[in-house]
Amino acid sequence: MSTQQQQPEEPETQESPVEGEPETESAPEPQQRRLERKRLGQAQREQAEAEAEPEETKVHLKVFRYDPEVEAKQEPRFDDYYVPYERGMTVLDALIYARDEFDSSLTFRHSCRQAICGSDAFFVNGSQHLGCKTQLSELEQPVRIEPLPHQEVVKDLVVDMDHFYDQMHSVEPYMQQEDLPDGDLEEFRQSRENREKIKMSTRCIWCGACMSSCNIAAGDNQYLGPAAINKAYRFAMDEREDEEIKEHRLRIIEQEHGVWRCQTQFSCTEVCPKDIPLTEHIQELKREAVKKNLKFW
Amino acid sequence: MYEHDVIVVGAGGAGLRAAIAAHEAGADVAMVTKLHPVRSHTGAAEGGINAALREGDDWELHAYDTMKGSDYLGDAPAIETLAKDAPEDTITLEHWGMPFSREDDGTVSQRPFGGLSFPRTTYAGAETGHHLLHVLYEQVVKRGIQVYDEWFVMNLAVTDEPDPNDRTCHGVVAYDVQSGKVEGFKANNGVIIATGGPGQAFDHTTNAVSCTGDGQAMAYRAGVPLEDMEFVQFHPTTLPSTGVLISEGVRGEGGILYNEDGERFMFEHGYANNAGELASRDVVSRAELTEVNEGRGVNDEYVHLDMRHLGSERILDRLENILHLAEDFEGVDGLIEPMPVKPGQHYEMGGIETDENGKTCVDGLYAAGECACVSVHGANRLGGNALPELVVFGKRAGYHAAGKDLGEAEIETGYTDDVEDETEADLPITPGEAGIEPVSASESVATDGSGQVAGGDALLEQAVEAERERVDRLMEKESGTKHADIRSKLQDAMTRDVNVFREEEGLKRALKEIQECRELYQDVYVEDPSRTFNTDLQMTYETRNLIDVAETITLGALVRNEFRGAHWRLENQIRDDENWLKHTLISWNGGKPSIWYRPVILEGEDKTYEPKVRSY
Repeated sequence: MSTQQQQPEEPETQESPVEGEPETESAPEPQQRRLERKRLGQAQREQAEAEAEPEETKVHLKVFRYDPEVEAKQEPRFDDYYVPYERGMTVLDALIYARDEFDSSLTFRHSCRQAICGSDAFFVNGSQHLGCKTQLSELEQPVRIEPLPHQEVVKDLVVDMDHFYDQMHSVEPYMQQEDLPDGDLEEFRQSRENREKIKMSTRCIWCGACMSSCNIAAGDNQYLGPAAINKAYRFAMDEREDEEIKEHRLRIIEQEHGVWRCQTQFSCTEVCPKDIPLTEHIQELKREAVKKNLKFW
Repeated sequence: MYEHDVIVVGAGGAGLRAAIAAHEAGADVAMVTKLHPVRSHTGAAEGGINAALREGDDWELHAYDTMKGSDYLGDAPAIETLAKDAPEDTITLEHWGMPFSREDDGTVSQRPFGGLSFPRTTYAGAETGHHLLHVLYEQVVKRGIQVYDEWFVMNLAVTDEPDPNDRTCHGVVAYDVQSGKVEGFKANNGVIIATGGPGQAFDHTTNAVSCTGDGQAMAYRAGVPLEDMEFVQFHPTTLPSTGVLISEGVRGEGGILYNEDGERFMFEHGYANNAGELASRDVVSRAELTEVNEGRGVNDEYVHLDMRHLGSERILDRLENILHLAEDFEGVDGLIEPMPVKPGQHYEMGGIETDENGKTCVDGLYAAGECACVSVHGANRLGGNALPELVVFGKRAGYHAAGKDLGEAEIETGYTDDVEDETEADLPITPGEAGIEPVSASESVATDGSGQVAGGDALLEQAVEAERERVDRLMEKESGTKHADIRSKLQDAMTRDVNVFREEEGLKRALKEIQECRELYQDVYVEDPSRTFNTDLQMTYETRNLIDVAETITLGALVRNEFRGAHWRLENQIRDDENWLKHTLISWNGGKPSIWYRPVILEGEDKTYEPKVRSY
């Protein structure tokens, strides 16, 4: 039997120190947000490193452990690890060190370690992060690492992603075009502007951080959730699909558990490791649905 | 037992493309993959996909560039197939929704890449692989193709006739990572291996942690030769601290390499007086390391890659992802400072020997993508040629396995009449010995040894039983050596001695250390007692695969005593066409590797490619 992970009692660490102020309604451009965050992060990193050196320091990790099959781990618990710190070390680096040096049974998904495979999203100090691109120097100690909330825990930091994948699949996430252009080597034309419009939405790596951060998704298991709606946006806004299909897509996303459930809390946008303006995309689809006179829920 | 017509092992670009093709050809297809498909390493590819799409370009130019880039070790029938099929297969991706970067008229953009005589690299920002992977997965979802994700394939079920050319593959044995159960997957028509590269044999690599050469090692132990494994591509621009890749697109767009003295060394020190930074990857990697070795490296470790002069608008338009990578993984803002870069292991040019249809010498066994060697890259892969390889040969393998007629292949596979016999190289050890249990004449056999195969089902059952026993043995053992220690020893040896620069003494030392890894592996054990998501067990299997693959890389590098493409030898720095216009083939034979050779095919459809001095 798997267990539903407990929510932390207090949301005191809800904001990671580098996230800055919560987004207001008119969020700045993603690149702008990114640069601002970087300036903040860099200053903190430098400070932390200045304080850390020269003597060897250890990072204190508190890692969530659970295994339904092993008696000692059936009751969820936190294990403490003290990992020697090296400049530039990430949360994932520290976990790998802990596993390889201290406990081979410590289990987590990871692969590319460059923020593109999307397999190592964890709940770090109270918010969703990709382990591989989160610098330890930016985090308060002890660094608390837990599986993504609102998903069933399979073991340690591994959660069941099936529900997330099901939601992604439910929006018909594939190009739907009946008629190919004439000629073997003729592509569909797409304007630079249109590509730019869908660009951010195509960057989703399916890590599940947004879904895990969303209060609505936590309370409504049928809610499509930010990632799936973003996927629908990616196709609905692509000018290569024609009007009929676009309308079909809008009908999918405006269903009872679709876009109208979003309460614009921006938590998805805040945690997205690829800076996709998820909340804005959801709002834009709501506007499109209104324009098409689709039903309100 | 599960049963399908075609089983695809691995779900990166090649596997997904193969599955789609087999499905189109009417087969019942299933994919068995240790990662969920969207986690595959194809997603990390950045630069683009080469295809002759435009006026002024044509497939023959693409083929010529590729043959030259390969340092004349590619087989012309494979290269011509790649160049001919790439345009249509690339446009198919566009039709499936691939968000390629666009020109003003709405057509897909192309850009220059190293070693290309025409700007034919079609791209989607600096994240082409991510989009390609997702678009292919979307098509798999659309077709309802069955995916067994997080199932780790442990072995192939192949018969045990003495000659591998007489053997047949009936399926695979896999274990469900989530539940720990070991099951058989029967393939009525064929198994397609598409498991990617073995980059984790090295310490500093752009490859994902999952790139452990599983398919190569399994095919090798089943009797299929591994071809040209000594040709390992080191990418010239990876971030020094992590190995994260900085796309060749940066140089394609005009990025410049500087040494510590601020010299544009590619020109000023004469490494490539015409192409400069856009010389092919082996040339640039060696140039960088030479700069560092001669004391002109930054911090004695790396060089600088500068793109600031391109302007923020162009960078954001075409290379935005590079800014993020440099910032997140190296703390450097590419808009205001140059990025530190050094060579890192990137791509294995060699692999499972196949013909143009993806078929190996074992009946019913196919391979495509980085794990395969149809021999399009030869001694050096051109940037932008890995992605067309995936789609072109993935598709062909899928079609052929599903029974579609693609015509007779020109490339021969297996130990046939045209091969040159075994090498008499002086080896410091007897490789393969102290092999990893259990070693029999051909390890993946599951027959009674009489040569009489009881049929696919019985064979597969036996193979399943063998793996269940192996798992039990590994898990029941209570102490021993940790796979992580063996792996890091292996990676250190490979990185020290089988890197960009190679010499005999170092290669022999590496072979000895690989042998020590084998011995250590005899005592490996799985500490985690759980059957649920046991990554300890999975990594124990992967480490064994890495040992076998690392040994073939090192053996190949030791016997090939010449300098060609990515393979640089201190003792002999000339390309020796008289003796070495041939492929190195290593096959697992009675518990140890044997090495033999096959001539390169330079005859194309209409012309013969004459080896020329390769200068850029």
